[in-house]
Amino acid sequence: MEVLKIATAGSVDDGKSTLIGRILYDTNSLTDDKLEAIEKNSRSKGYDYLDFSLATDGLVAEREQGITIDVAHIYFSTNKRSYIIADTPGHIEYTRNMVTGASTSQASIILVDARNGVIEQTKRHFFINNLLRVKEIIVAVNKMDLVNFEEGRFNEIKDQIQQLVDSASYKNQNITFVPISALKGDNVVKKSENTTWYTGETLLEHLEKIENKDVYEEAQARFPVQTVIRPKTDEYHDFRGYAGKIYGGDLSVGDEVVILPSETKSKIKEIHFFNEQFQSAKRGSSVTITLEDNVNVSRGDMIVKANEIPNVSKSLNATICWMDNNPLKPLSKYYLQHGVNNVATKIESIDSILATDFSGETTEVSELNLNDIGKVQLKVNKPLFYDSYDENKGNGAFILIDSQTNTTAGVGFING
Amino acid sequence: MKNILENNALENEAIFIIHEVAAQFEKPVLLFSGGKDSITLVRLAQKAFYPAKIPFPLLHVDTGHNFPETIEFRDNLVEELGLELIVRNVQDNIDAGRVKEETGKYASRNMLQTETLLDAIEEFGFDACIGGARRDEEKARAKERIFSVRDDFGQWDEKNQRPEVFDMLNGRIDLGQNVRVFPISNWTELDVWSYIEKEGIEIPSIYFAHKRPVFERDGLIWSANDEYVYRENDELVYEKIVRFRTVGDMSCTAAVESNAFIIEDVVREIRESKISERGARIDDKRSEAAMEKRKQQGYF
Repeated sequence: MEVLKIATAGSVDDGKSTLIGRILYDTNSLTDDKLEAIEKNSRSKGYDYLDFSLATDGLVAEREQGITIDVAHIYFSTNKRSYIIADTPGHIEYTRNMVTGASTSQASIILVDARNGVIEQTKRHFFINNLLRVKEIIVAVNKMDLVNFEEGRFNEIKDQIQQLVDSASYKNQNITFVPISALKGDNVVKKSENTTWYTGETLLEHLEKIENKDVYEEAQARFPVQTVIRPKTDEYHDFRGYAGKIYGGDLSVGDEVVILPSETKSKIKEIHFFNEQFQSAKRGSSVTITLEDNVNVSRGDMIVKANEIPNVSKSLNATICWMDNNPLKPLSKYYLQHGVNNVATKIESIDSILATDFSGETTEVSELNLNDIGKVQLKVNKPLFYDSYDENKGNGAFILIDSQTNTTAGVGFING
Repeated sequence: MKNILENNALENEAIFIIHEVAAQFEKPVLLFSGGKDSITLVRLAQKAFYPAKIPFPLLHVDTGHNFPETIEFRDNLVEELGLELIVRNVQDNIDAGRVKEETGKYASRNMLQTETLLDAIEEFGFDACIGGARRDEEKARAKERIFSVRDDFGQWDEKNQRPEVFDMLNGRIDLGQNVRVFPISNWTELDVWSYIEKEGIEIPSIYFAHKRPVFERDGLIWSANDEYVYRENDELVYEKIVRFRTVGDMSCTAAVESNAFIIEDVVREIRESKISERGARIDDKRSEAAMEKRKQQGYF
């Protein structure tokens, strides 16, 4: 079945969990036992309505504090397709979680409280979705019931968002506005009678119409080798298959290819998927390919079409979102994982920190702290075969790993 | 030769993850319970490495209270695919006095599995344990990473998880640590069943409707087995057509009334179901935070 991944971002009070609970409730995705648990919990807290936020706030600490502190994944389906929601907190301390959620999503829902309009947090959500080039943005103007479902207020907020759109660098986003009340259910799944002036779709109607495109948009084909398959059985004595996932474009038998970094040339001999062979495989497929020539290929190598060579360099210019408590400092060393390829890297310089409210960048910078987003120059110990993030998401992003703690300390987007 | 490979996003994601495990770790193992999720994992691993064999063993932590149908199924599968199977028994730990068996009405060996699992990880030096947990099963699991790092005591630190961006998986660990890997994290129960149907994967017979001696307690249907499942005198045994939606320890898995005798009927039943999968897991009913607490202690 088709799957659409959506990220939601919103602050503690925007009613994000309530919105998700509402979607689950109105699509009959809450099972009786879950609904019962919600009713029981709502009653014990003395609410006279159903507290749908209880459907999503998973961890004990969250229930205690009544907030969402990590990325939670929520699943529901309609007759048309399945949905996965990556639910992330909106507060500044959770920028890294927002980046994480947006990185795998085809669409993002940005929640705005109709009373407050666009606040700093809204700008940050929009900024991150723009930085990560999430194609479909839905601005859900929530709590319309608290502003008497006024069209004027809705339009004011649209104008405020339009200003952000004007100053954003990535221009190919589709932005849709929906006036809703998550608590009361207006325009979430069911059309509201309170917003007769609104002729657009409900939130779910809109989601249903979004074209399901891979997060990794169409680009040149990249095949990073994950592992080498060598059966060493009598039947497959000389079989050497290269297993990996295809990014960017399709691969076909007979394609002339180059193996990086050795720059050896060969041709695709076979494309295997389990016990079948295919003439061609689409991007996104996990396949095992064999080559015409007996060449030396190992994990981390990349197979590309002979006329589609990526950039090859030991110097990178990237925008980095820092995710670790230990700040990123110039001259520090990290492991850099680019897809499935691992190299060592040294931070040459930190050139600026980007303001997530679109007010520009600060250039006098000594370090990147947790949740900072900045422009950084790096050197790697072996040449990297990369595309800019703009050209090829799958081959234009990397993570930095702290060699002391092994944690994933930051994520980088390679600039062209 | 077929023309074009159409891709299935969830299957591709799972195979990608399994390839990463094989490449990043020295000693992976696949945790096999005989349930539908771990059977699905075996199929995915088979696909990932074909025409080579699955390059890691299966580990079954046997509570001793398993459904006999599951054990029979397990042994056949292992033989058919030529896999290596390691079995470690909860009973051994009970006999050695290292863990204490629960008693009373709700006694279950579910919690005791943790200790046996941790012992096996240490005994064999496993650095990655592939499991069939899914995020849609339970609220605490909804926050689980695909590569989930456990410390020397097998514990999960839910507040200090590594961010997972795009599909890049960071499996770097220190000696003594291990990673729990969940390739079907993003699958729902219905996705698993649909896949089993589409692929024609064999599953243990208890997943299909059959006649079984049962009794009722707390609105759930329990398997009447006086050896493994405690039963009060006034809890009367009768026969009923039931099936199991999830297969765990006999003492913590309730049956559901069902007429689904074939896989197509099971898929339809799940599609129309109004009760969640773990609604029939007695171990989760203990408290709102039951799963999270078990996970912190090293449960899988």
